[in-house]
Amino acid sequence: MKIVVLVKSVPDTESKIKIAADGTSIDPQGVKFIMNPYDEFAVEEGLRIKERLKDDTTVVAVSMGPDRAAEVLRTALAMGADDAIHVSDPAFEGGDSQTNARVLAEAIRPLAPDLILGGKQAIDYDAAQTCPAIAEILGMPQALIVTEIKLSDDNKTATARRRIEGGDEMVEMSLPALVTCEKGLNEPRYASLPGIMKAKKKEIKKVGLAEVGFKAESVGAAGSKSKVVRYHNLPDRPPVKMIAGDAATQAKELVRLLREEAKVI
Amino acid sequence: MANGVLVYGEVRDGSLKAITKELAGAASQLSQAGAGPVSLALIGDATAVDAALPAARALPVAKVFVARNTALASYSSQGFAIALESVIKASGATVVLFGATALGRDLSARAAARDGASLFTDCTELSWAGGKLRVKRPVYSGKVILELESSAALQMASVRPNVFAPAGAGGSAEVVEVAVSINDADIRGRVKEVVRTSTGKKDLTEAEVIISGGRSLKSSDNFKILDEMAEALGATVGASRAAVDAGYAPHSMQVGQTGKVVNPKLYFAVGISGAIQHLVGMRTSKVIVAINKDANAPIFQRADYGLVGDLFEIVPKITEELKKLRSSH
Repeated sequence: MKIVVLVKSVPDTESKIKIAADGTSIDPQGVKFIMNPYDEFAVEEGLRIKERLKDDTTVVAVSMGPDRAAEVLRTALAMGADDAIHVSDPAFEGGDSQTNARVLAEAIRPLAPDLILGGKQAIDYDAAQTCPAIAEILGMPQALIVTEIKLSDDNKTATARRRIEGGDEMVEMSLPALVTCEKGLNEPRYASLPGIMKAKKKEIKKVGLAEVGFKAESVGAAGSKSKVVRYHNLPDRPPVKMIAGDAATQAKELVRLLREEAKVI
Repeated sequence: MANGVLVYGEVRDGSLKAITKELAGAASQLSQAGAGPVSLALIGDATAVDAALPAARALPVAKVFVARNTALASYSSQGFAIALESVIKASGATVVLFGATALGRDLSARAAARDGASLFTDCTELSWAGGKLRVKRPVYSGKVILELESSAALQMASVRPNVFAPAGAGGSAEVVEVAVSINDADIRGRVKEVVRTSTGKKDLTEAEVIISGGRSLKSSDNFKILDEMAEALGATVGASRAAVDAGYAPHSMQVGQTGKVVNPKLYFAVGISGAIQHLVGMRTSKVIVAINKDANAPIFQRADYGLVGDLFEIVPKITEELKKLRSSH
């Protein structure tokens, strides 16, 4: 099998996000970048399938983004991915999810994967739309927000358990297919020291504008229909109202306030 | 250039979901601002469509575009995207709204790629400005809000549940049948089975009232005091990551960055200190109540009402007060 794993470099969850002076971007100063946590589940799942099949299965990590994307590809290689592709070109900068999906789909197409794995969403824009858009462009079925993947014995079909409101949905797909991964799917491994050493020597293949076959004006910011108007800080909440007294008094007063002041019960 | 707003009508178990009524409300607002007439898409096999049609027609929409096909008996991203494409063309709409639900997220991203549309997901505000859809959506795990607009000829958005008030009933929309041709070869994946994990209660992402417990609950058994309070309030019970990691509650109940993002009108954080990972999952809640024994817990900086004390004493007293309230009505 050929497995493609999509990974993205995103700000660490603990990072403070500060709006830049222009109001239309995030100040990168002091932000630490990591592999998107949901993509770690995707890399791990790809590696587990490869290890289970014990055949000529390969796992190729693909990332689109600026130079720092190469760092998360290096992490994927250190975890055990066989190859890495960095989709990068000045023309790709500032693209919206749908535009980036078109570029990524053409970068992936020549690899002819049986399975594409990604995170359920990237924790920067939280849009959760690049992966399903790639599935549509490549004509693949999809299962999103998945906590379990089972391949049939002949590796021709996959059954995925996906989270929905109040339950799970079992989605049966013929391969090739795309799956986005949710917490609970697996426990991602840490890169081993030999893995890290080996990853340092591996070549990261670059895919640019010429390779994906688009004109510069149809990709990146120029090719995107979505435009940032501005970023806003969260509105301030009014100061907290502390309710004192013993438990019975607190409970009585809280219920009164929720009813008469907040009017929510 | 505005030719109207199409609302995707989401059907589960033969009924139209609450989010669809909320979207009809949102679409009416866009329409009043100049976005054109509101219509609704109802897609599925005859059984599903016919079951939901009366409720769909009663919404304040001009037309209900109906696509019935036996190939749509169970949900498939591919089949429904094909059907929706035909409905969008028939309606002439330039804006399409989905719920930011499991199904709405699955279908909208796929439909946007198929139809060359722009898509804004999980929006918490929608407006119509200068002939364009303008949205606000939380990004970076809800640490900041991003305002966006689109210049696409077809503009799609998914909207977080509980943002808009549901539209009232009483309409009688015209029904327009849309022919959809789908080949078996077009659908290479579909839903085979739905496994219910919670019965009766609203899902956290759709609940109007949520009571979440933290590690201070000390055991899964102790969550029953939250269940009792939830019973009295018609609420859904959630949990913090610390409580889930400790094994007191399943991950499906987790509210926060690696759990569910919720948007209720009333949220109780019980024995939850308020780590950033939890706050990003619940901070758009309209009213937040924090109950914690530690007066310095960060959750109090995010709450509207704070109670310092022993949750095992306070929670049962609140349940008592709520029951009194119910019996007096």
